Order: sequence, then C-alpha cells, then structure tokens
Amino acid sequence: MSSPPPNSVSVGKLDPAAEPPVSGPFDEAPLVARAKAGDMSAFSDLVKHYDRRVFRMAKQITQNDDDAEDVLQETFLKAYTHLGDFQGNSKFYTWLVRIAVNEALMKLRKRRSSRTVPLDEPIDTGEDEVVREIAVWDENPEQQYSRDELGSILEEAVESLKPAYRTVFILRDIEEMSIEETAEALDLSISAVKSRLLRARLQLREKLTRLFKRKGDDAFAYL
Amino acid sequence: MTRLLTCKRFLQELTDYLDETLDPEVRSELQRHVNECPNCWVICNTTEKTLKVFKGMEAKPVPEAIQKRLLDALEKRIAERGPICEKKPQA
Ligand SMILES: [Zn+2]
Repeated sequence: MSSPPPNSVSVGKLDPAAEPPVSGPFDEAPLVARAKAGDMSAFSDLVKHYDRRVFRMAKQITQNDDDAEDVLQETFLKAYTHLGDFQGNSKFYTWLVRIAVNEALMKLRKRRSSRTVPLDEPIDTGEDEVVREIAVWDENPEQQYSRDELGSILEEAVESLKPAYRTVFILRDIEEMSIEETAEALDLSISAVKSRLLRARLQLREKLTRLFKRKGDDAFAYL
Repeated sequence: MTRLLTCKRFLQELTDYLDETLDPEVRSELQRHVNECPNCWVICNTTEKTLKVFKGMEAKPVPEAIQKRLLDALEKRIAERGPICEKKPQA
C-alpha cells in the first residue's frame, strides 16, 4: 500500500484499476480525512470501495438500470461537492447512503408520479402480516444454488416488495444500518420503520420458505 | 405481566426480538413462548435465516463501463471545482 507524500494534493486521474477495493475490515475515517484535506486519490478509493453498494441499492430501489446509474453518479458528485460540509457525526457511508436514497426516491417518484399510489402509501396492517408457510428449511438451502442463482433469487424477492417496505429492508437488513439511521435516512418515525421492517421480513421469509423448505414437509404440521 | 401472550403478539414483536432491542422481561417471556410454540419457533428460525442469507449477499462490482463513466464524471467535476477544501473557520 502506497500513500502519497504528506503534503501532496493529488488531483490526478481517477484510474479504475489503480487500487482494487479493499476486502475485509475497511477503515474509512483516514480516507475521509485525507479526502477532506484535498487528496483526490483518497476520495477515489472511497468511491471504488462503496460504488458497488450504492449501485446495488440504487438498482433495488429504482428497479431501472439507467436510473440506477444516474443515482450512482449523482450520489458521488454530491458527496464530492459537499464533503467539506460532512461533519463526521455519522459514518461517511451512512451519509453517502442518505444521499443515495434521496436520489433514488426522487427518481422513483418521478417515474411513478403519473400513476398509482404514492411512496408513503398508508400501510395496510392486515393482509401483509399473514404467515402462510410454516415449514423448517433444509440444512443450508442456499448451497443448492450457485452464487449467481442465489443472487438473482434474493434480488427478485427484494424487488417484489412494495417500495415502502423495500427501502426500509434494504437499509436495515442489507446495508445493516441501525433502525435509527434508517428512520433518519427515510424521514420516518422509528415505529414506522419497525412496522415496515416486520412486514418486509415476513414477506421475504414467506418467499424464501417456498424455495428453501425441507422437501417432503409440504404437509408439515405440528399440532 | 398480565397480558396473555399470543402468537399474534409474538409476531408483532418479532422485529425487536430478532434485533435484541426488547427489555429483558419481555424478551424472556417471548423466549418462553418460542420454546413452547412450534409454529412461532419455525417462524422465528426461518426469519432469522432469511436475514442471514441477505446479509451474506455481496454486492457485485459495478460494470466497468458504468464505473468508468462515474469516474469520468467525477474527474470533470474536479476539474471544474478543484479539489475539496475543508471549510475553514473565518479568522
Ligand atoms: Zn406461537
């Protein structure tokens, strides 16, 4: 790992091949500090580390490849433009996610404005909570699928959720933000986040159970 | 606690139960229910597994062409605005 000489301010090329994203524990704080001090190679390392997660989130929320690319660009351009304002009260990634979610929701609203229900549609409390599939899963069912197959299954499952549930699930259970951070990013109350999360989790459980349940357990009943 | 714990209530508390944000008393009550109620045990267990599968899902790299356009757009912005400067308190 080479770091630039202490006083250098590099505005050089952002080379995609320069440094592969670091896997394992990633300490964003020093990179953020360097980027704030004007070191663009540090900013580009942040981009290369987080772009895939921002892009995935954008795709999951907008469900449209072109919109997702716009969201990806807008997010990092805004992050770059406003990095000087980033106070470090939250994690840089949390801040980035908040920008990305706003961009993605704006896209989604634009697309949906001509039709159907608004994003913050009132949540139906009855039907969504119903549990139909009660069956134990196979031992490690996910291993019956290739990485790509499993990836598609999970993506489809998430995309089948209503947007109001989907965004909450993505932030909390895929991006692993806290309930509070999720509430803040989506401008929702804690209790709204929790109730949407519950429905999202139960609906996904239902879908995956249909695929992953132990064979022969179709008539599974305890009572 | 006098409230009768039903499966419905367990379901309502499932998110807090899995996130371990319940107060210990409620949590141990729910724990007892899960141990006694096969249906809730299955729901709890399979929801937990659902979350685990999603947490293990790694994001695929951004397609090269898209990443290149992103870096190009950033470079353009950097050329226009210059590098980031932290706001300095006014002297
Ligand atoms: Zn029960």
